[in-house]
Amino acid sequence: MRPDHETTVEVAGAAYRVWTAGTGAPLGVLAGFGGLLRWTPFLEHLSRHRTVVVPSLPGFPGGGGRAHVELDTQFDWLLRTRDLLAASGLSGADLAGISLGAALAADVAAVWPDMVRRLALVSPLGVNDGDSVIADHWGATHSEQLALLSSCPGVLEEHRRMPPDADEIEWDVSQIRANEAAARLLWPNGETGLGRRIGRITCPTLVVWGAEDRMVPGGHRRLYLDGPGGPVSETVIEGAGHQADFDRPDDVAAALIAFLENEA
Amino acid sequence: MKFLWFHLMPYTELPDDFREHNPGVWVNIDSTLFDPRRAHVMYNDFIDELEYAGTCGFDAVCVNEHHANGYGLMPSPNLIASSLARSTSETMICVMGNSLALYNPPTRVAEEMAMIDCISGGRLIAGFPVGTPMDTCYAYGQNPSMLRDRYLEAHDLVKRAWTERRVFPFNGRYNQLRYVNIWPHTLQKPHPPIWIPGGGSVETWRWCAEMDYVYCYLSYFGYRIGLSTMRGFWNEMDRLGKDRNPYRAGFLQFVGVAETREEAIRLYREPAEYFYGRCLHLDPRFVQPPGYTTEATIRARVEGQVAAAARKATTRARTATAMEDIVEQGYVIVGSPDEVAEQLRHAVTEMNVGHLMLLCQYGNMDRDLTAYNTRMFATRVMPQLAGHFDDRWQDHWWPNPLPAAERAVPDAGLSGTLAAAE
Repeated sequence: MRPDHETTVEVAGAAYRVWTAGTGAPLGVLAGFGGLLRWTPFLEHLSRHRTVVVPSLPGFPGGGGRAHVELDTQFDWLLRTRDLLAASGLSGADLAGISLGAALAADVAAVWPDMVRRLALVSPLGVNDGDSVIADHWGATHSEQLALLSSCPGVLEEHRRMPPDADEIEWDVSQIRANEAAARLLWPNGETGLGRRIGRITCPTLVVWGAEDRMVPGGHRRLYLDGPGGPVSETVIEGAGHQADFDRPDDVAAALIAFLENEA
Repeated sequence: MKFLWFHLMPYTELPDDFREHNPGVWVNIDSTLFDPRRAHVMYNDFIDELEYAGTCGFDAVCVNEHHANGYGLMPSPNLIASSLARSTSETMICVMGNSLALYNPPTRVAEEMAMIDCISGGRLIAGFPVGTPMDTCYAYGQNPSMLRDRYLEAHDLVKRAWTERRVFPFNGRYNQLRYVNIWPHTLQKPHPPIWIPGGGSVETWRWCAEMDYVYCYLSYFGYRIGLSTMRGFWNEMDRLGKDRNPYRAGFLQFVGVAETREEAIRLYREPAEYFYGRCLHLDPRFVQPPGYTTEATIRARVEGQVAAAARKATTRARTATAMEDIVEQGYVIVGSPDEVAEQLRHAVTEMNVGHLMLLCQYGNMDRDLTAYNTRMFATRVMPQLAGHFDDRWQDHWWPNPLPAAERAVPDAGLSGTLAAAE
């Protein structure tokens, strides 16, 4: 199981990995915590229905080395994400994001409405409800982190397992770097200010939650349901945690495909 | 050889079962354990102890910065240092130091330290730590991915504010100021000596060498463990073509002095076990925020002492918490004056460290025992080590205060004069 193509695009002097697989209308996917170290069952499922295009975000595996350290503000992150999507041929395409990837996808749709045709947000971050903030995934032990992110921690751990031919230190560095990139975007509370812009999202939007999401307080769901200016639908996946794309890949992918096809 | 008396200001009344019922001493320590009425007594005892050390002949007294920390009650060491600037006269004042990235704008540090330098007559040593993850990233919410860059920029701003004799704009990445023009300026020129507390980071060693700053390894685990770090430091100095002047370096060591070793173990058992058992009860959740440790340091597989302590707290390689082990592993050097002097002579010689920072108060040690330990060290140990290194090396990183004749004397008589006038 692997993507059909792996290419790189250059944005602001850094090379970003872009995976592509499948046929049909393009669907961009922005990954969640840790980025993507391997092609996943979730992407494989999506690629049976759409041309799935997966650019790596700055600092995540395949994401331009330490490109994230150039990004100080949310505006820096949004510009880089938008340019990355454009360079990946995703201007005006359907866009899905998971967790922090959803925070960026939603913000791109808010700031540049023409960039996104339909928006699918899986366990989105970026908006807090007053002092009710997301769980402290960084102030946690390794096993607690996995339990916060996933209802099936073993699946996530398996995804992050070092291949036999990899350099141990560089593998560790790449994972720590991805964690740093996420922290650079979301430290300390996961607040990106999206709440001040979310009303600008006018495209049809699907919000997917894992029923066992331990990262995002349940009260946050209404912020994404009521916030956007366009039509919003919501799906809750039983048995899934925050990284629902790992926990229930087929269910999440099916929900996305149904949303994209029904709205087409 | 310089002797610096260091106070962490630990909360001395953490409960006996603190370790069993609290996840850690830092960041998420139980807020209800803090009793301000007891802290009133503790703070005043601690300041008394610092002042006493200043009268006993220590070359400097040291304070440092921690936040949300049960073993460090100084969120603002500058407050204590300003008090000491008035109440002491001869000893130097080492603020070890201000975590520069936490101050907005960082010129606040330049101003406050300049005030202390002026009030004290030029006795300030300015320490600039990056700050621990617990203090900076968790208690103060700084982004770990930006912390070091913010620190370095803040350092540049503070140094320019101290040294430029014109109003200037500062247009940094994180700090933008139209008018930088601090009043007061530092009394010492071009600025007070700058010391950098750090872990085992090669980048910090190189930076200290480049900037000609003192590198201080503030270890809680004694010289036996510190030796490998200091060897790494000196090897890097060799590689960079710097001399091996021991005053380039500082090291922190716990000590307990009594008439005999047996008496020392009896006297210092409780405070030492309190410190290593309760004060170093660190929650491993908070020691490695992503981005805090540089990738170069990760590749070098260097582990900071706080991270090591937290790791040990959760593995079989535990930090020693029983006095016999604490002494055996060299965390605390105890013994008769001759025994302590001999061990310290060996330690500073092996580590080649000219600035020896001493913790004579630790854990729940009360003021009487602290005063005894301080006095024993000053009168019976210090003389045996005085002059060590000085036949060959000069300390270029020591304050340069005003001559005594030019220094103002805090005038307690003024209030008496006013009372008489009324």
